[in-house]
Amino acid sequence: MSQYFNEMYDGGKVRMPYARLEDWMNAMPASLRTLKQAEAEDLFRRIGITFAVYGEGGDPDRLIPFDMFPRVFTASEWARLEKGIKQRARALNAFLVDVYGRGEIIRAGRIPSRLVYQNEAFEKAVVGMKPPKGVYSHIVGIDIVRTGPDEFFVLEDNCRTPSGVSYMLENREIMMRMFPDLFRGNRIEPVDRYPEILRRTLASVAPQKCTNEPTIVLLTPGHFNSAYYEHSFLADLMGIELVEGQDLFVEGEFVWMRTTEGPKKVDVVYRRIDDAFIDPLCFRPDSMLGVPGLMDVYRSGGVSICSAPGAGVADDKAVYTFVPEMVRFYLGEEPILQNVPTWQCGKEADLRYVLDNLSELVVKEVHGSGGYGMLVGPKSTKDQIESFRMKIKADPGNYIAQPTLALSTTPTFVAEGVAPRHVDLRPYCLVGEGIELVPGALTRVALTEGSLVVNSSQGGGVKDTWVLAE
Amino acid sequence: MLLSVDHVTRYRYDQPVRAVMQSHRLTPSAFDGQKVRNWKVSVTDGIPGGAFRDGAGDRVQAWTVKGPVSEIEVHVVGTVETLDLAGVLRGHREMVQPEVYLVDTLPTEADAALAALAQTALAEEGPLARAHRLAAVVADAIAYRPGATHAHTTAAEALALGEGVCQDHAHALIACARVIGLPARYVSGYLFATADGAAHEAAHAWAEIHVAGLGWVGFDPANRCCPDERYIRLGSGLDAQDAAPIRGIARGLGVESLDVTVAVQNLQQ
Repeated sequence: MSQYFNEMYDGGKVRMPYARLEDWMNAMPASLRTLKQAEAEDLFRRIGITFAVYGEGGDPDRLIPFDMFPRVFTASEWARLEKGIKQRARALNAFLVDVYGRGEIIRAGRIPSRLVYQNEAFEKAVVGMKPPKGVYSHIVGIDIVRTGPDEFFVLEDNCRTPSGVSYMLENREIMMRMFPDLFRGNRIEPVDRYPEILRRTLASVAPQKCTNEPTIVLLTPGHFNSAYYEHSFLADLMGIELVEGQDLFVEGEFVWMRTTEGPKKVDVVYRRIDDAFIDPLCFRPDSMLGVPGLMDVYRSGGVSICSAPGAGVADDKAVYTFVPEMVRFYLGEEPILQNVPTWQCGKEADLRYVLDNLSELVVKEVHGSGGYGMLVGPKSTKDQIESFRMKIKADPGNYIAQPTLALSTTPTFVAEGVAPRHVDLRPYCLVGEGIELVPGALTRVALTEGSLVVNSSQGGGVKDTWVLAE
Repeated sequence: MLLSVDHVTRYRYDQPVRAVMQSHRLTPSAFDGQKVRNWKVSVTDGIPGGAFRDGAGDRVQAWTVKGPVSEIEVHVVGTVETLDLAGVLRGHREMVQPEVYLVDTLPTEADAALAALAQTALAEEGPLARAHRLAAVVADAIAYRPGATHAHTTAAEALALGEGVCQDHAHALIACARVIGLPARYVSGYLFATADGAAHEAAHAWAEIHVAGLGWVGFDPANRCCPDERYIRLGSGLDAQDAAPIRGIARGLGVESLDVTVAVQNLQQ
């Protein structure tokens, strides 16, 4: 038996959620599969869903490979995940309100003050700010891996602007078009309410000074951004304007959007631009992407910004270690989802352990994302390990390490047929007046045999993710 | 003292701009050392924007001016009663934790020379004595000379040059204090200068260092003293840009030129 949990096969037996998929798989001749795969690719290309990959050169409009084999959760598996995800999203927001307020968790000695107040993602400019409904992070993307039937671990939290939800929606759309019979034979929870719930979430955090039906816009850095497709896709589905910094301006106490009928007041900005760039008057003065004066309007209750500036201090990989503590501290509950054990290279004892065990560990940069700047010990050469050792020694505080997790596998179409490949899961939890999670997520799959890195920027693919109805 | 301030900042654009956005920290801080008698900020054709007190306790007022406009004037007039608290910022309400001011910014980053300068203070016992020593060594190391440096000169560059103005003194002191683990920040304000003080001294800047037990204490290396009743405090930040009394940006192609006059007078003769 493999050391990895296979989500479809338990020993020789097919696990319940995949029962119907076995017939589907067996009934599909190789010729049809090739045809369908080409059809899927064609559909994706026609919609224009692409993902530019930084630093790899080549085609910037490369498609993320789509694997047609769905990943499936039972209703009860999902119910537990949902509880755990919502719990975590609540705790993260409580933490943000706290650290920009009185900092009770720090006074109580439950998290080191240095990690918060000297964090580069901590924004002094929002200290004392209580955003509408007490929400800093309105879209919380939580990356989860599975190692057994009931073992789920949180790999990292994304409180700023997690991307990828367009794939959750498009993957489903394309599967339904290509395999309508599959959806008739299985009772699968729909995910297509996501844009409407997101719109409602954003509307629910309209600012103090807004007395009208709130006008919401999506602020994008522009078409050269790797997630631009997603920005335009979501704006379109929500029926809101997609704007760039130059389309907005501040006048008096409000933010306005240029329209053909004259200026229109904007109440909620769903921004997909980093903090540093949203307002040159407050942050980086050389930024051309943002809106000068936006922060003053925000701080005086004239506009809401989602996610709120400063939200990033909750999702840094060093702060991550303390999320279970946040759950206990703010909610008085035990965490439902566990963290992966993490060593802080900034701590002497941890650093020693990490340097002694590099070949066994995964090492990441505290502020890294997208699978860049990381070391997967067991999959690295001696030279790679040694050069990474130098990097860690030069700046230990910038690195954390985790054990190499036995990520679960799900069946995936590969050149030779169907084979197990490692997967992770990114659900998108929406936090506004209420807290909601659509029954679905983005499943990322490491298409290379044996690979544990699922990031699209590192050649990972995506799958449709099913939650079966009761 | 009873100090009166008349501060005019005139922006001229060589061709009209479409709009101007500004964020002001132009209101005297509320603390035991100063009490505002009257205070007024006006902006030519300005539309007042949002106003709030930020986490550091500063009053922030936003303004916008609709274009086309080729000249605007920001005019500050008021009188403030001041007391000598020996630099201690007593009774100031703020929420930002001192530790936040241990974080470096580009102009306050310490190079080897600044770090070495900072070490000299370790001969002293306790944070207050060390802060005083740092202010003295910075004053010794950087001679006051207007025109030697510019707005974007870093603390390291000013120290290497050995010359600078109050901004450079403040940046260097902040950099040194952070090196030895003392939170430090940049303060902008006004100074009543008796001996034929020039305008660039009236619009002044200094540093505050956080001393456990005392709180924030001001140090002015440029004048080798702690702020007293001759000083009016406006606002603070991690560095000069972060603490700027006026931050602004214009929309349009016009190139900006700036003209500042500041008069601070003592009304109690």
